[in-house]
Amino acid sequence: MRDEVVRRARGAVAALVLAGLVVAPWAVDDYTTAILARTLALALVGVSVALLTGVAGMPTLGQTAPYAAGAYACAVLGSRISDVGVVQLAVAAAAGAVLAALTVPLVVHARGVIVLMITLAIGELVVTVLGRWRSVTGGTDGLAGIPAVRPFWGLPPLASDQARYLYALVVVATLVGAVLVLLRTRAGLLLRAGRDDETRLRASGHRVPLYVAGAHVAAGAIAGAAGSLLVVAQQYISPADFGFDTSALLLLGVVIGGTASVGGALVGAALVIAVRDWLFGVLPGHAPLVLGVLFVATVYLLPGGVSRARGRLRPPRAASARSDAPPARDRATIPELRR
Amino acid sequence: MTCLLSAEDVSVRYGSLAALAGVDLCVHDGQRHALIGPNGAGKTTLLNVLGGSTRPQRGTVRFAGRDVGRLGPAARARRGINRIHQRPAVFATLTATENVVVAALPRVIPQRRWWPGARRRDAHHRAGPLLEQMGLADVAAVPAGHLAHGQRRQLEIAMALAGRPRLLLLDEPAAGLSAVEVGRLVELLQALPRAVAVLLVEHRLDLVYALSDTVTVLRDGRTLAAGTPDEIRSSPLVRQAYADGVA
Repeated sequence: MRDEVVRRARGAVAALVLAGLVVAPWAVDDYTTAILARTLALALVGVSVALLTGVAGMPTLGQTAPYAAGAYACAVLGSRISDVGVVQLAVAAAAGAVLAALTVPLVVHARGVIVLMITLAIGELVVTVLGRWRSVTGGTDGLAGIPAVRPFWGLPPLASDQARYLYALVVVATLVGAVLVLLRTRAGLLLRAGRDDETRLRASGHRVPLYVAGAHVAAGAIAGAAGSLLVVAQQYISPADFGFDTSALLLLGVVIGGTASVGGALVGAALVIAVRDWLFGVLPGHAPLVLGVLFVATVYLLPGGVSRARGRLRPPRAASARSDAPPARDRATIPELRR
Repeated sequence: MTCLLSAEDVSVRYGSLAALAGVDLCVHDGQRHALIGPNGAGKTTLLNVLGGSTRPQRGTVRFAGRDVGRLGPAARARRGINRIHQRPAVFATLTATENVVVAALPRVIPQRRWWPGARRRDAHHRAGPLLEQMGLADVAAVPAGHLAHGQRRQLEIAMALAGRPRLLLLDEPAAGLSAVEVGRLVELLQALPRAVAVLLVEHRLDLVYALSDTVTVLRDGRTLAAGTPDEIRSSPLVRQAYADGVA
């Protein structure tokens, strides 16, 4: 009964937030709308980080690599071949997935801190390549003047910040919905099982490396799609958009939001971008300090992140069952750093 | 009678220590076979070799007539060798039902194979009766991490059975259980279908004698004796080994 009420309340809050996001461009100025569109792109990368970190149990600092691959694929495509949004989105997602697939052999057998280090190295390597491959990427200057996207064939280009924001919102809502559906399927169940106890999953006869590889590629595709949204929002990209600070910010946002929750990842990513971009004006030079305090406070007060704050305020679910282990969901929301 | 599982001349060394030194073992279809011996005899190492988590330096392991020596735990589980660990290994954030569903999935062959969700639905149908059989129907929707130790052990047995095993490897299943829980465990293990062979490693000899029809005694990585529970119980050699090993 209580779970049902919580479920409905959560659905109502999600609907309200979505409604708020839809009307936001009419309530704020163009500058804020543009920031919101960029925030949506980063929030979608945050979802891919949450998918790997919280659901599959593979903390990552390298999702900026498929994000960058998707963004540059979209930018090159948009500048030279097609300005149709769905085409750009599909190509960007494919680029992200291909890059993730190429790196699968490096990460599939590693876990914990080792994955963090490997993915960090991959992210930095990609940024270095982007900075040096001038003929395609424009080097450290990046690519500018990317034409405005038209969502479908026959529709006009999205010329205003409002239109671009709404396009990003539709894409993010659709992809997040798809991820939520995916997590309810057998694939989601197996990923969560692998996060809980990979050895046990293997002992049941499951091909765990295959699942890990699948999660890695799917997360790469989502990050790639997010890259195309960044291009739509900014119409300009450079390697600076995909540096280590972006990776760290994303992981920070996901940890703050709650790694095992897609909604938490969205909230966390939005929160850190808000702190970074809006406090930049209010408290010049102090945004990183505020972010650090926010991170320490969250880890100390809400180890499961904002999305699991509710769990700390209510009693255990099963009265007949003993709990001699830490609350499992909370424990699982902290990136596992085993091995 | 041919062996369902056979180990021949299995040897495992950890540095200068010989954990197993040329052990032979044969488990028949439907047999209840126990492995006993004092601490350090090599029981768990042998179970690790049979389960695929340890690769021996020498010797062969055959299951259902096929050499499985090069296969890992996952591949052996798909062939019908399931293991229950000393510490109950369950998926803490998944409900009891989801735990059994996950364990059942690799061996489920749905009738409508390409129907979306058919495999999971079939596994779900398999989970209900198994949880009921293990007395866990009331906690089917509770996350496994919230279950008591004894319930987790019962859940692990349900998970092992969900994988349609031909052989169950039980590594000290009574470890950490209360007297009541041990009694319940013995009932559950005695009620296992005869089609499932059991290889049990256990320190508690009362449990071994209650559950097994064949006992193999290991000492210092070698087979010391093998026979029926009565033969082993009355063997002076075995008594001496326990007196030396336990002391």
